[in-house]
Amino acid sequence: MQPADRSAPRTQRRRGAPVERSRTGVPAPLWMPAAMALALLVLPVLGLLTRIELSRLPELVTAPAALDALELSLRTSLAATVLSLLLGAPLAVVLARSRLRGLRVLRAAVLLPLVLPPVVGGLALLYLLGRTGPLGRLLEDAFGVTVPYTSAAVVLAQTFVAMPFLVVGLEGALRTSGARYERVAATLGAGPWLTFRRVTVPLLVPALGSSLVLTFARALGEFGATITFAGSLRGTTRTLPLAIYTTAQSDVDAAVAMSLLLVVIALLVIALVGPKAVEGRGD
Amino acid sequence: MTERAGEAAMLADVALRRAGFGLDVTCTVAPGEVVAVLGPNGAGKSTLLSALSGLVRPERGRIALGDRVWLDTDHNVDLPAHRRGVGLLAQNALLFPYLSALDNVAFGPRAAGAGKRTARTIAERWLARVDAADLAGHRPGRLSGGQAQRVALARALAADPELLLLDEPLAALDVDAAPALRGLLHRVLRSQHRPTVLVTHDVLDAVVLADRVLVLVDGRIAEQGPTRAVLARPRAAFTARIAGLNLVPGIAEEEGIKTGEGVISGRIAEPVEQGEAAAAVFAPSAVAVHRECPHGSPRNALRVRLAGLEPRGDVIRLRAAARLMGEDPVLAADVTPAAVADLGLAAGDEVFFVVKATEVAIHPASGGSSSP
Repeated sequence: MQPADRSAPRTQRRRGAPVERSRTGVPAPLWMPAAMALALLVLPVLGLLTRIELSRLPELVTAPAALDALELSLRTSLAATVLSLLLGAPLAVVLARSRLRGLRVLRAAVLLPLVLPPVVGGLALLYLLGRTGPLGRLLEDAFGVTVPYTSAAVVLAQTFVAMPFLVVGLEGALRTSGARYERVAATLGAGPWLTFRRVTVPLLVPALGSSLVLTFARALGEFGATITFAGSLRGTTRTLPLAIYTTAQSDVDAAVAMSLLLVVIALLVIALVGPKAVEGRGD
Repeated sequence: MTERAGEAAMLADVALRRAGFGLDVTCTVAPGEVVAVLGPNGAGKSTLLSALSGLVRPERGRIALGDRVWLDTDHNVDLPAHRRGVGLLAQNALLFPYLSALDNVAFGPRAAGAGKRTARTIAERWLARVDAADLAGHRPGRLSGGQAQRVALARALAADPELLLLDEPLAALDVDAAPALRGLLHRVLRSQHRPTVLVTHDVLDAVVLADRVLVLVDGRIAEQGPTRAVLARPRAAFTARIAGLNLVPGIAEEEGIKTGEGVISGRIAEPVEQGEAAAAVFAPSAVAVHRECPHGSPRNALRVRLAGLEPRGDVIRLRAAARLMGEDPVLAADVTPAAVADLGLAAGDEVFFVVKATEVAIHPASGGSSSP
């Protein structure tokens, strides 16, 4: 527990509030629903594990269909995460720092994919970028590019549903830390671009970890938008969630084995980046 | 240490209006001069600093340092903050948490285009000047409030600003750290030539650091002048309320100050060098009034002439002129009505104000508070 204690906000200690664990206990009525919530989250995954046929597991996990799907999933999810970072981080800075009119409308628009059912997002993408969609036809006529039912469509669908996590996470961190440090940098003679590179970005690093993890995880699990916009073509657009769904119709054991792959990846991601990302919060 | 900046006087004339609040201030600050801006909460002190540093834009106004014009609404000139050259030391140090103390101080020189090594050399020198050389490698999270504020001061000065702004620099420090930093500021401010504006609510800051005081009430200057003159003869109600401390000027000695009438001993509140201008500061409630000069060693006695008695709650405030400080009733004592009756005090009486050495704080004094 030592490092956690040391990282406790210094400002609080300076104001004279002693750093100590709260001694007021959790009210008794909360324990029961809390336990049930935990059960609801953990038991299904455990149930999945009991369903595994250990004898067939190695064979099922290394089946070409599973490995293809895994590789595609990792590639597209990483691409979607990078795309989200390149486009979403600047958007977060604009939302948090600019004084544009109608910023609240923009903020709501960013939240839309979070509340929209992914299938609807997939349909929307299809009607924008499909052969008959306004942008899709333009792309096809001008460059001969067709987006739907390609790996690029998978990345776009994943980015559509996952990028809001990154934007919201970073924007929240930016707004919490406020513009105080940027103002200090300005009085020290740093222009906006230098301030962004040497002040805003370093301050964002802790929040960046957790936001990237969430974004990647959301992209990895993407199903609805992908199947609508990109279809389920093996090796091209059939990511692991799609493969699990397709396989479950015929071979439940194989589907469970693939699910296990996703669970392991999820645990790995949380173990590698999760705790650090959560710990680094605050200033 | 070479200093580009700080040779030009600051001239500011700003007016701005916000919801339910207006600011209209004209002031000049000479090179090397420290002007303290005092005023109640919401008087516009921080807004004034924001306007000077370029963080808010006044509706009308002109700010110039020598022939460098920062703001001129008539000619549509408005330099952004990062091109003005203001050094800001605020209540919170706001050191960049991901940089060492040294790299924090080197930030300004780096932003000005210095190479990494040059910037670090400059930063080392400034850290040494604020007695923080040993903190160079520390992360801000491991510094105490006073240490962080030292580093922040070095950081502000290392950027070589043309104007130095101090926004309640001691307000967030605890009672032990504040005097040390106040003493340090006193020393550093006297050895540099920038115009400096200090916003504070603590009259002691003004006494120790400022040459001149400017009292801001409701966005306007209620009064201004040399620190001691304003505090001794406050005209604005606000100044009278905060200036409730007795302040006797003199020359610092080993355990007190030397005045025309002998030595006033007290405890040294901030480091002060012997022979330097200093002030003995004590509260009116610490004063006892005697008809005869008492002979107890830990007591200071000042011969005064009573000028007036006024009731103040359950005490009576005596105003008195001390011979060594001219004709004006600049000293005050709060005594009980019973004591006034016992001694039969009346205006014009010659009495002694007696105060224990432990109740007297010795502060270094800026030029404005030592000269009449």
